[in-house]
Amino acid sequence: MLQLLADGLIVGSVIALGAVGLTLTYSILRFANFGQGEFMTWGAYLAVSALSFVLAMTGGGVMEPIGPFSFGWQLIAAMIMAATLTALLALLLDWLLFRRLRHGNAITLVIASFGAALALRNLVQFLWGTLPEYYTREIQISLRLVPRDVMGGLRITPDQMLVIAMTMIVVIGLHLLLTRTTLGRAMRATALNPALARVAGVDVNAVVRATWIIGAALAAIAGVFAGIVGQIRPMLGFDLLLPLFAAAILGGIGSVWGAVLGGFIVGLAESFSVPIFGAEYRAATAFLVLIAILLLRPTGLFGEKP
Amino acid sequence: MEFLPVLSYATFFLVFVGIFAVMALGLNLQWGFCGLFNVGVAGFVAVGAYTSALLTGPPEPGRFGGFGVPILLGWIGAMAISGIAAFIVGAAALRLREDYLAITTFGIAVVIQLVALNAEALTGGPFGIQSIPKPFFELLGSGLAWNLAYLGIVACVLGLVWWALERLVASPWGRVLRAIREDEMAAASLGKRASAFRLQSFVLGCMVMGLGGALYAHFVGYIAPEDFLPILTFQIWAMLIVGGSGNNAGAVAGALIVWAIWSVSGGLLREVLPQAEQARGAALQVVLIGVLIAAILVARPRGLLGERASVSRHAKDQS
Repeated sequence: MLQLLADGLIVGSVIALGAVGLTLTYSILRFANFGQGEFMTWGAYLAVSALSFVLAMTGGGVMEPIGPFSFGWQLIAAMIMAATLTALLALLLDWLLFRRLRHGNAITLVIASFGAALALRNLVQFLWGTLPEYYTREIQISLRLVPRDVMGGLRITPDQMLVIAMTMIVVIGLHLLLTRTTLGRAMRATALNPALARVAGVDVNAVVRATWIIGAALAAIAGVFAGIVGQIRPMLGFDLLLPLFAAAILGGIGSVWGAVLGGFIVGLAESFSVPIFGAEYRAATAFLVLIAILLLRPTGLFGEKP
Repeated sequence: MEFLPVLSYATFFLVFVGIFAVMALGLNLQWGFCGLFNVGVAGFVAVGAYTSALLTGPPEPGRFGGFGVPILLGWIGAMAISGIAAFIVGAAALRLREDYLAITTFGIAVVIQLVALNAEALTGGPFGIQSIPKPFFELLGSGLAWNLAYLGIVACVLGLVWWALERLVASPWGRVLRAIREDEMAAASLGKRASAFRLQSFVLGCMVMGLGGALYAHFVGYIAPEDFLPILTFQIWAMLIVGGSGNNAGAVAGALIVWAIWSVSGGLLREVLPQAEQARGAALQVVLIGVLIAAILVARPRGLLGERASVSRHAKDQS
């Protein structure tokens, strides 16, 4: 019971981070970006390459783990590099593709993102191959937080706890950015009414670029986290896409805290569905959540407009 | 050059073009004429293929189905069950923002894929369903004659679907669809309930896709979950976008062109690349399709054959 809760929170934090990026791009760029999952995959794989680069540069080629965790500072450096590169990738895609379609029908952008996602996913398979990768082969002993006789007990690794904590820190940072800075206000203004924002002197193109950078960087971080607590596979992002959409819609498009809550709800729903329906149908849970929210409350928990 | 192998390959190739063209026509009714973005094409095709296979196939111990009904009934059943699946999805998603349909259809395709893989009592699991009956097989045997006969059947079905869709699109019903696509508010102000028309178009389109799936199942004689991966959805979309959405001739031409590009590039990659690099080559082939979709959207959004402008007879006379 407790173990399911913890598993759900770990998966949920990865979903939450990706969903926050998705909800931002959805509300500001005004289309459902099917490429968000691929940004996660690219982030995870770019971190694999960046990690081996950093390890080669610092000599030795071995990573000394920090404290109880399975990885060292090199992975954090690699994650920052991966987030930067993924943001550049998103800007490149926008420049090549989405910029040219922005003035047409919004659904054309969705199709374009669909095609781009397909190309990106298979490019990963082409560049890195299809075998799973890991950041570290270090074996981590999970800590027993709760003994077995209390509600089934609870074991968790330090890495997993760190992922949950880091998710909260990143989301709080994003919240401060959106509420306390000029850029954040400009972003929220553009989400509410682009024409009015432009009249008020907001540089909408700069806001669009900032949104791509933030959305892709969040996706990359989520991808690295997914890689820390699991495997890095070419389908990593694709398999998370449905949970991401379910979380973003559940929270209400445009709401950061809604997406976080939605991410944790979807993660917990997936985790608790396993003993009921079996692990093989785990991925269908996100779909049930999605259908339920569309039927009952299509604006989401914190959404404003239908 | 020998004649028979070429004819044999051409028959094979054209049967697939015909089957894809049927699916693309179904998608064209949804996207081309009504602006509905369906990302779950592979899911609805799979429902049709499995339904027909289960209805017509011989019984198998430990698995549902195998009723041995005539193939024609199997195809009608395929359309019916695909339509029911579409109705459920459409009823939930079509009342809302248009991109919610994209997300929901994406989801249903994922779920259908999961069911196909895991519900062994219904779908045969990862090994799929074997020995799906082929029409006139006892009469013609397994050679070229049967392939040619099936090509004839596919051509008839394609012609029938084409005729029916052209009639539908030219009818007042089709005009309402295009009106909704262009300006929902204006159509609503004339008393047309947009959500009802959208749902009808969505369900009909998915029924046609289900029929395409059944055609596929009875040609190959064997289906497995891996036949209905998202890549199938992409291929059908590429066909429609390349050919020109909103034009049934465009959908068929797109099926021919994209399947030709796909077959030729696949053949070339197999020739050029060593055995160990084949998987990477296949990935590159899919990148090609993704880039093709994006490039056509940017460079020629109307596709090769765009939609015919429909102008009233009376307006034309005056100009």
